[in-house]
Amino acid sequence: MIRLRGIERIFRVGEEEVHALRSVDLDITAGEYLSIMGPSGSGKSTLLNLIGLLDRPNAGRYELDERDVTGLTDDEQARVRREKIGFVFQFFHLVPRLTAAQNIELPMVLAGVDPAERRERLRKLLAEYALEARARHRPDQLSGGQCQRVAIARAMSMRPAVILADEPTGNLDRHTGQEVMAVLERVHHDGGTVLLVTHDPEIGGRAQRTLRMIDGAIVSDQKADAGGNGGT
Amino acid sequence: MRFADVLDFAWRVVRGYRSRTLLILLAMGIGVAAVVAVSSLGEGARLYVVNQFGSLGTHLVIVLPGRSETAGAMPGVLIGRTPRDLSIDDALALKRSAAVRRLAPLIVGAGDVRAGSRSRETPVLGSTHELMDIRSMEMAQGQFLPVMDPRDSLPVCVIGTKLAVELFPGRSPLGQWLRVGDRRFRVVGVLASQGESLGFNTDEIVIVPVAAAQALFNTEALFRILVEAKSRESIGPAKADIEEILRLRHEGKRDVTVITQDAVLATFDRILKALTLAVGGLAAISLAVAGILIMNVMLISVTQRRGEIGLLKALGATAAQIRLTFVTEAVLLALGGAAVGLAAGKLGQLLLGQIYPNIPFTSPWWAVIAAPLTAIVTSILFSVAPARRAAKLDAVQALSKR
Ligand SMILES: Nc1ncnc2c1ncn2[C@@H]1O[C@H](COP(=O)(O)OP(=O)(O)OP(=O)(O)O)[C@@H](O)[C@H]1O
Ligand SMILES: [Mg+2]
Repeated sequence: MIRLRGIERIFRVGEEEVHALRSVDLDITAGEYLSIMGPSGSGKSTLLNLIGLLDRPNAGRYELDERDVTGLTDDEQARVRREKIGFVFQFFHLVPRLTAAQNIELPMVLAGVDPAERRERLRKLLAEYALEARARHRPDQLSGGQCQRVAIARAMSMRPAVILADEPTGNLDRHTGQEVMAVLERVHHDGGTVLLVTHDPEIGGRAQRTLRMIDGAIVSDQKADAGGNGGT
Repeated sequence: MRFADVLDFAWRVVRGYRSRTLLILLAMGIGVAAVVAVSSLGEGARLYVVNQFGSLGTHLVIVLPGRSETAGAMPGVLIGRTPRDLSIDDALALKRSAAVRRLAPLIVGAGDVRAGSRSRETPVLGSTHELMDIRSMEMAQGQFLPVMDPRDSLPVCVIGTKLAVELFPGRSPLGQWLRVGDRRFRVVGVLASQGESLGFNTDEIVIVPVAAAQALFNTEALFRILVEAKSRESIGPAKADIEEILRLRHEGKRDVTVITQDAVLATFDRILKALTLAVGGLAAISLAVAGILIMNVMLISVTQRRGEIGLLKALGATAAQIRLTFVTEAVLLALGGAAVGLAAGKLGQLLLGQIYPNIPFTSPWWAVIAAPLTAIVTSILFSVAPARRAAKLDAVQALSKR
């Protein structure tokens, strides 16, 4: 479903060049649960942003669902993002003045989904993520775990092909982090593709497949035993 | 994105940042209110003048001594040499014109008016019976000056209502004697209250026969001759006749100015319209200032809402959608400001009307349309730059900062 070939990403900071991604090749099939680990600055977020079409590679080719998306215009990329990609961020990025329900609805609003259809999907999402009681609360009235659940519900509202989560537990305590991971894993169990960036080896180990990155390159690509969720 | 959703989104922003919204509403509101109030001031002044001249009477032609340099300019701009005075005989001679229905010579002065122990300094007008019809005056009591030869000086007078009350409190002034200067006059009538008319408050004047006024002020010279033409069409012929008759009587010199009500009105109208436009335009500058304020506030808002803008992009918003939400936000603010401003302007207008009940304050239609329109157009123009900046933000960087 996702195919990266020879992806290079170079940032220029003044005279210096930072090679954030070096000839990255990667194939991800639909329904995979994949974690990306590596030291800080190794290019994990950069890789995720490229896959999410928020950033463009300096070289290489990116195919999403058998379609080359590298050369699309900004507006075309926005449309792909809207329909196929769901983001979950470390700092939740909820709109503070909107209620939980309105935040979850936002992607559907941007996509121009019919209001009746929107209400129906919203109702289901609130039920699915156990947020019915919080629907009318604003982010500042929600706990971190609840905020992240809202963010995941929002990411799922357009039924995307892939969920990209950049350190979704990085801003949560251990217990809440486990809860959020359980929610993400349910997305995976329901057939969703999940890409997860994390520093926590325990969380990263729960994935079927783990990428290890160092200095912009993928140095290892391990698949856990089939059926096993426990890591090393 | 559906339009209703764009509106809803912008509306929530406007409601979400209260103090910012209030600030912009205030700035926009002041701008719009200033245009409405100031232009209604100008328009009120214009209508006031028009009404004042209108109450002079219809088809009026005014003759005054001296020649004004250019037609249409205000009387009083005179060529150097002293002009010959207008006399009562000059006035009577004008009756020869077929275009003239009636006329009234006019002398104006101020006199010390006393009745018993009470005295007042008031304007004193010397004229004839026909002044009443020419200036469409009405009587509250008694009669106006009697029909008689204007060269006769009869000791009778007509007074304004206010003066009547002040000089003769609690009793009828009819038949009473009063003194103006060193002459005595018997009150034969009291004018109905009419308010201001060409600079005189008719409630406070004394009107005496023109010959009596000549004696009183010790002058033969008339201040004006008020002439009423037979019809609107005969105003022109009347003017021509008057100029010709007086030229012949004054040894061939054109030493009088004949002005028609229309010309005076048109001049005043032009001046005051221009004035209204000018002050309205000045007030509109405050709208431009409000526009710049909107731009700055929106630029700050773009910086503050970087994370949100990055998020919208991550959720699949196009650059056009982001621009649209920002511009819509500005339009909502402008609409609100315009509404506030129109309401405040109207309120100010009502207040002015309370303070100066004589002046008909009304905002001209162009101000009521132009002020909100300018507010909306400026805010759209000034929100384009912030909106573009928002749409150009790099999503990754916008999201990376908290
Ligand atoms: N916009 C940018 N301009 C310049 N350099 C950048 C930019 N974004 C990332 N980099 C650099 O690219 C490299 C990879 O960054 P990236 O954010 O992908 O690392 P990361 O693996 O996500 O690290 P962390 O675990 O700290 O989040 C780093 O050296 C970083 O400094
Ligand atoms: Mg990172």
